[in-house]
Amino acid sequence: MAAQTLFEKIWDSHVVFEAAGQPALLYVDLHLVHEVTSPQAFEGLLKARRRVRCPERTFATMDHNVPTTDRSLPITDQDSKLQIEMMRKNCAHFGVRLYDLGSREQGIVHVIGPELGLSQPGMTIVCGDSHTATHGAMGALAFGIGTSEVEHVLATQCLWQAKPKSMEIRVEGQLGLGVSAKDLILGIIGRITTDGGTGYVIEYRGSTFQQLSMEERMTVCNMTIEGGARAGMVAADQKTVDYLRGRQFVPTGSQFDALAERWLTFHSDPHARFDRKLTFDASTFSPQVTWGTNPGMVTDVSSKVPDPANFNDPTQRRAAELALNYMALRPGTPIEDIKLDRVFIGSCTNSRVSDLKAAANIVRGRKVAPSVRAMVVPGSQLVKNEAEALGLDKIFTDAGFEWREAGCSMCLGMNPDILKPGERCASTSNRNFEGRQGAGGRTHLVSPIMAAAAAVAGHFVDVREWSNQGGGR
Amino acid sequence: MERFKNFTGLVAPLDRPNVDTDQIIPKQFLKAVVRSGLGGGLFYDWRKQPDRQFVLEQPRFRNSTILVARANFGCGSSREHAVWALADYGFRAVIAPSFADIFSNNSLKNGLLPVILKSDEIDTIFAAIKEHDAYQLTIDLARQSVADEYGWEAHFEIEPFAKKCLLEGLDDVALTLAHEQEIAAYEKAHPVSYRF
Repeated sequence: MAAQTLFEKIWDSHVVFEAAGQPALLYVDLHLVHEVTSPQAFEGLLKARRRVRCPERTFATMDHNVPTTDRSLPITDQDSKLQIEMMRKNCAHFGVRLYDLGSREQGIVHVIGPELGLSQPGMTIVCGDSHTATHGAMGALAFGIGTSEVEHVLATQCLWQAKPKSMEIRVEGQLGLGVSAKDLILGIIGRITTDGGTGYVIEYRGSTFQQLSMEERMTVCNMTIEGGARAGMVAADQKTVDYLRGRQFVPTGSQFDALAERWLTFHSDPHARFDRKLTFDASTFSPQVTWGTNPGMVTDVSSKVPDPANFNDPTQRRAAELALNYMALRPGTPIEDIKLDRVFIGSCTNSRVSDLKAAANIVRGRKVAPSVRAMVVPGSQLVKNEAEALGLDKIFTDAGFEWREAGCSMCLGMNPDILKPGERCASTSNRNFEGRQGAGGRTHLVSPIMAAAAAVAGHFVDVREWSNQGGGR
Repeated sequence: MERFKNFTGLVAPLDRPNVDTDQIIPKQFLKAVVRSGLGGGLFYDWRKQPDRQFVLEQPRFRNSTILVARANFGCGSSREHAVWALADYGFRAVIAPSFADIFSNNSLKNGLLPVILKSDEIDTIFAAIKEHDAYQLTIDLARQSVADEYGWEAHFEIEPFAKKCLLEGLDDVALTLAHEQEIAAYEKAHPVSYRF
């Protein structure tokens, strides 16, 4: 058989039906559901008198619009409350397992999938959320879908998909001290631009990704969609197997051994052909800060806000002008001179225990600048519990951070956690679009340690200069 | 889904690349539990700017049914609400040099046609809107063409299966359920790998 890529192996093993001149009918192993993109899909099922075909492959949680304050209090936003109640009703009616607000496993859908051992190598995983790419870190083919497709998967456990092209992004070498997985993916998006991956599935290969922890791989795969590609993946290795062993939904004993053996077969063969290949050197990546209104508008912390006049393409020049106008930034301003009002550590990109540990190491024994309001929102209740067992909550609250319950929170501001118009935020989330964190709010995307250092300083700082104080990856 | 019919409509220019779905429909409108009525939230933050200069706030573009924009239209969030809002407002097609993958899929499921034209053809449309008041285009899906009344015409590519579904107004789920035997056979050979 011809040499195959990881992507092709997963794709081929999930084709249910195929005919020339049309997309393939692909089987979905795992369908994750949340409260915001599912009500209309369940409504469609009800209207057509259809059932959920595979409740055992469907898992639901509430994350997008849930409050991150005291969970024993009633939800004051009536629209959010209605959506949450609809989720409960739909899950009960269709027999779908739900991690409800009071559940100890509740959390951001892309945090709990791997954490519970639901996301496994070689699987196809979908969710009505573009950051489903996160699960690609497990060596799975995982991508976001719209609500019509959610309804289709609920009803049939399948999806019609045109086969995407494949891209290899190879990075070799070791990232410098203070350069995190977030900087790596932001740096990659800066290099390929915000639509460089459109139409592709990306496989991240090379020694740099092999050295990353599972949680760091999740950060990288998570932001694949910000470069336009629906799915990004890292082949399973011993780290993947060790990560999954003992997790709630992962089989044990000889069943585990057989599964693990199968998982490790999902990797690209030598000489497998990719439609596009890019190679970068890890030593060329630095701590990143976005300056504009999409994640591709990013630069090194030691650099300056770019001048739109230096963009050759008129459309890109105009886009940069609009972005700087929205962000209220002047060309040539050193990134480190940008002052902040808010700091947000959280989101499906950077809210796992290792993220919180790294940020806490920077914060320990220091205080949040008086002009800054800073907040940590763990990705799941399990993350929150583990972080509290490690005493991280105490480090954050001693420094002046707020410590919240799990959810998407200020990444997209569907709950009460939002920026006020004009407020400027250093955020570990994934999107710096206009108004993303609140109408008129200004978002700069950074790594957890960069966000932590910025909270203390009140402006961006090069965390590498602090790394002797306990920073680093 | 209703069958897609050829139509002639007023064209509104949105001269920006990377128009993301957060702009098309901001977060506060995602709390809806039905598909209808989202047109009022379309481009909400841009429409509500004090200068009222956003294209859809200008009287001459108010009844447009075709939106023309720059590359990577619909990037970002997978929210299908973006497509529902465009369709509810009255748009039936968006023309751009490229679309984000998820947005494009969502559009096709809702009968909103994503038309991909070359950048220079897009430039021509932007220029024509400046030149002519009430500039209209006719979209013919069967012929895969976009044309104006002044003799300009462009051809666009569309995936044949998507074209067929649009022209015939096919229900995806019904189409898939016709493959029940294949799905059941696949499931039998691939049991769930979870410990419950």
